[in-house]
Amino acid sequence: MSKQANAKEVLFDPVFNNNPITLQILGICSALAVTGKLNTALVMSIALTLVTAFSNLFISLIRKQVPSSIRMIVQMVIIASLVIVVDQILRAYAFSLAKQLSVYVGLIITNCIVMGRAEAFAMQNPPGLSFLDGIGNGLGYSALLLSLGFVRELFGSGKLFGHEILPVVNDGGWYVPNGLLLLPPSAFFLIGLFIWALRTWKKKQQEPAPFKLAPQVKED
Amino acid sequence: MEHLLSLFVRAMGPENMALAFFLGMCSFIAISKKVETAIGLGIAVVVVQVVTLPVNNLIYTHLLKEGALEWTGLGIDLSFLSFLTFIGVIAAIVQILEMTLDKYVPALYNSLGIFLPLITVNCVIMAGSLFMQERDYNFSESVVYAFGSGLSWAVAIALLAGIREKLKYSDVPAGLQGLGIVFIIIGLMSLGFMSFSGIQL
Repeated sequence: MSKQANAKEVLFDPVFNNNPITLQILGICSALAVTGKLNTALVMSIALTLVTAFSNLFISLIRKQVPSSIRMIVQMVIIASLVIVVDQILRAYAFSLAKQLSVYVGLIITNCIVMGRAEAFAMQNPPGLSFLDGIGNGLGYSALLLSLGFVRELFGSGKLFGHEILPVVNDGGWYVPNGLLLLPPSAFFLIGLFIWALRTWKKKQQEPAPFKLAPQVKED
Repeated sequence: MEHLLSLFVRAMGPENMALAFFLGMCSFIAISKKVETAIGLGIAVVVVQVVTLPVNNLIYTHLLKEGALEWTGLGIDLSFLSFLTFIGVIAAIVQILEMTLDKYVPALYNSLGIFLPLITVNCVIMAGSLFMQERDYNFSESVVYAFGSGLSWAVAIALLAGIREKLKYSDVPAGLQGLGIVFIIIGLMSLGFMSFSGIQL
């Protein structure tokens, strides 16, 4: 990135125009399994946003001191230490949530968003901007995660954050919950549909087809 | 023995790393355009998984776990360091593997070499170690689990690549082209793999 990007662009660009999940194909790894409920999705988004922002900040602070041959290891150690802090905080103050998130908190380390932003942005830009870039990418990730969590919890079990919104048939209400939405495959379908919607809105993000069907010509 | 076999089957089918736990999705989508490269990456994942997971298991049980360092007279619990240790071990082993292959088996290095650096940040490897820690596997269980989980990912990526190779001739709506349709295919595959659930030996 040769020109200095301005702060607002850095912060909001990743949310729609350059979303880490739908366009950069980063960080889908550990994300989908936590979207069955909205509160796990929320905790995961906050954790990832903080880790990305602070790892960007620290890496950018030391970017001129680190020799490029060992930069990967240095980045890894910074990220892993931040994730340990987040994990210990979750275990101390929200133990049941930490149990539900199970290994996925630890997997923030290998989440490509964190590493990718550190490598692509924080190594070339000053600390303040890098911090904003981390927050922005975290927000892009959170936006997708939260909307998935919203759809899956609302239509899968009729609840939001554990509070009943649509009264379910089993408890004498009228809503028949769609069990498929609580299972892993639904997350893939929903992301596919989200990408479709986003790319219909922002035509520039569409990928060209590798092959075009030739028009059928009549032989005479 | 039966118990180990059942662990293997469970890791292959209902607990498939890619299709049930969504792990390793980045490379799962990025490298699955061709069957050959997909199989190459799959094999590399199996190899790295089988090497790193037992090593991490030994380090965890003998150095980090609560009470593991009792013989020193210090009652300390280092398990909070497990994230840092696991990722360090994985990065180191991948590096060593790459150098050994380069020196002694250049043919294998040429086909697998390009994938090895990618594998350090592949969530499947890290997740294998973390699941091992969470579920308290012993050494033999961790070897079997490493093989099963690595293979489950390799099979899934090979299948997906096969479908994608055929897919390029089909007429997909413009917005769904590329990434979108791949997600929907993975969803359908994951639905298929769910039918393995409940298989017990």
